[in-house]
Amino acid sequence: MEKVSGADAVLLSLIEEGQDTVFGYPGGAVIPLYDSLYFKQDKIKHVLARHEQAAVHEAQAYAQITGKPGVCIVTSGPGATNAVTGIANANMDSVPLVVITGQVGSYFLGTDAFQETDVFGLSMPIAKWSAQITKAEDIASTMAKAFYIAVSGRPGVVVLEITKDALTSKTDFVYKKAPVLRSYAPYPKIADEVIDKAVEMINEAERPLILLGHGVLIARAEKTVKEFIEKSGIPFGSTLMGLTALPSDHPLNVGMLGMHGSYAVNMLTNKADLIIAIGMRFSDRVTGKLSGYAKNAKILHIEIDKSEIDKNVPVTLAVHGDLKSALSYLTPRIEKKTYNNWRKEFDKFYQMERTQVIERDTRSNEPLIQMGEPVAMISQKTDGNAVVITDVGQNQMIAARYYKFRIPGTFLTSGGLGTMGFGLPAAVGAAVAQKKLPVILFTGDGGFQMNEQELGTIIQENIPVKMVILNNSVLGMVRQWQNMFQGKRYSQTDLINPDFIKLADAYGIKAKRVEFREDLNSAIDEMLSFDGPYLLDIKVDKDMKVMPFIAPGSTVDEMKLVSND
Amino acid sequence: MEKKYTLVVFTEDKVGLLNRITIVFTRRHINIDSLTTSESEIHGIFRYTIVAKATPEMMKKVVDQIEKLTEVLRAFYYEAQDVVTQELALYKISTANITPMESLIRESSVRILDIEKEFIIIEKTGSRQEVLTLFEQLKPYGILQFACSGQVAVTKPMKELETYLKELNQAVEASNKIRSWKLKN
Repeated sequence: MEKVSGADAVLLSLIEEGQDTVFGYPGGAVIPLYDSLYFKQDKIKHVLARHEQAAVHEAQAYAQITGKPGVCIVTSGPGATNAVTGIANANMDSVPLVVITGQVGSYFLGTDAFQETDVFGLSMPIAKWSAQITKAEDIASTMAKAFYIAVSGRPGVVVLEITKDALTSKTDFVYKKAPVLRSYAPYPKIADEVIDKAVEMINEAERPLILLGHGVLIARAEKTVKEFIEKSGIPFGSTLMGLTALPSDHPLNVGMLGMHGSYAVNMLTNKADLIIAIGMRFSDRVTGKLSGYAKNAKILHIEIDKSEIDKNVPVTLAVHGDLKSALSYLTPRIEKKTYNNWRKEFDKFYQMERTQVIERDTRSNEPLIQMGEPVAMISQKTDGNAVVITDVGQNQMIAARYYKFRIPGTFLTSGGLGTMGFGLPAAVGAAVAQKKLPVILFTGDGGFQMNEQELGTIIQENIPVKMVILNNSVLGMVRQWQNMFQGKRYSQTDLINPDFIKLADAYGIKAKRVEFREDLNSAIDEMLSFDGPYLLDIKVDKDMKVMPFIAPGSTVDEMKLVSND
Repeated sequence: MEKKYTLVVFTEDKVGLLNRITIVFTRRHINIDSLTTSESEIHGIFRYTIVAKATPEMMKKVVDQIEKLTEVLRAFYYEAQDVVTQELALYKISTANITPMESLIRESSVRILDIEKEFIIIEKTGSRQEVLTLFEQLKPYGILQFACSGQVAVTKPMKELETYLKELNQAVEASNKIRSWKLKN
């Protein structure tokens, strides 16, 4: 057998895994890898980001759209430390990534050599698994293990640190996918008795409520979940990350859970007598004050990660396993039912929210444009046929609230970590991953500036990302809290911004500013019909608050519908 | 209410695992009272014995998060009545005051490991309390060095490690079946 270099072994492993796109940024320790890539450009496309953090967010969005693990290559030292935020972000939202970082030669390890940092150690608390590779012959087997671990069970990030000498020395290349690991059984077997009990609980419930999480999308189980929900007749809410599991306008959809979610589903959570949580982890943003959460309900938790069961909310019954197989056992055995009276209770609250919040947010008479207006307008014009990306903060919550989704997996956002700067690179990754649907980014002026250098990646890749800056020249969500809880002391939340139109122009990207409501419609039409990337800078009201709102320390049913001033 | 727990963790023999395990404690601001590790009765499988204080709910979560680590085979936690524990302590004591110490050494069931002109080294095996009692008794004579192993433990209710390995093997097979089903559907 012909020997290959360690660098070749990395790329051959990627090809074995069916990977044809990587995101990254070169540097000293990975020069051998990039040299090997030079010879394999026909098989592996490399997207050159402008910052390693952005490269990881791009790989994450790519993974979420394609369903394959995202791959990222960064150099040692600063390359790896820059990647840390992206790694933590993807891992917290259970997105499979394989992040390959360079490392100094193994003979230099631990000596504070140039661009040496302990990537292996740094990655431990924020990655699903990581490994340090110091020998070329370990590359293929470790890569196979990495891809298997990243994508199976509850997915996550795997970080592989490869020393420079491992990349340059020669090895045989033998690849065996999905190796058996005796300590790792990612898909637990679900006992028959557990299914029996779950069926009984579901059939007996009078006011049941289903909560859908990101797990539904990760398991690609939207159809299975839809069948389960439609047979059971049970109303459902979803988490921010699970928002696109079923269409926004599904008759049983009662809204988004949590702090900035829908009024109805939060107010009625404590009236439910059974909560069926599917692929979600009862995050504090969902539950509000734990001691006052789901007070009258039995909890049935369908979850693949055992450490999530009983972590935040004690459960009555846990179905520990893959939700797709769990539901395929449950659906045939549950009774076909409807809960018309229970479902109607949600409508009452929805009407309150519609008249007091939604109308004002999306069809405003306020002098200044409200953030919800462009979101609702773009939603209506694209009719759910778009990939929607957000940054973090008010722009994120408003997009989640007012964009009406139709297609599973078409909403990408930073849920668990809440990473400002996620939006623009994620939009790049989504646009690289698919060409069918337009990619629309809703971002704030703050978050946009945290990774605005990715405009460079957009022009280099020539991808038609539509960037909507909901520009209020403040850090809106922090300002909202300062308004509500800090006596309107707006500490360090005012931003002096650049001229975003000129900035886009410097990159040769078409851009337009909208200051008045009457210009909004035509500007959005122009953006959507434009063939290529486009930046729309919309001046919005900085005093708008995202409502309704569960204040920190409050219970779900203490949600405030409107703000006091 | 916080209680003292003994955790027993079985792992593969991999670089960095100790770090990963201690991170689970660090994240929750739990101090580890003692930690020992050695190869178990099966070659290639390591056994950690960790003593820490926490509430029962907290300890369950810690153990679940440790067991979630890819290369951890199994993790368990026990209360005091379910484990038999022992510690080993070494004391290096000055011989300046040796005469009044003699009876103490004779009565304390210790082993003398080394006697030199300036010092004597003794070994005591026993419970943490016994080790500390002897420490207090020797203190007046001048303890030059003291080292203690931390708790090693075997558990009363636990199954054989072989049995756990068989169960894991079945779990991996079942998992692979579900994985194949998922790949098809």
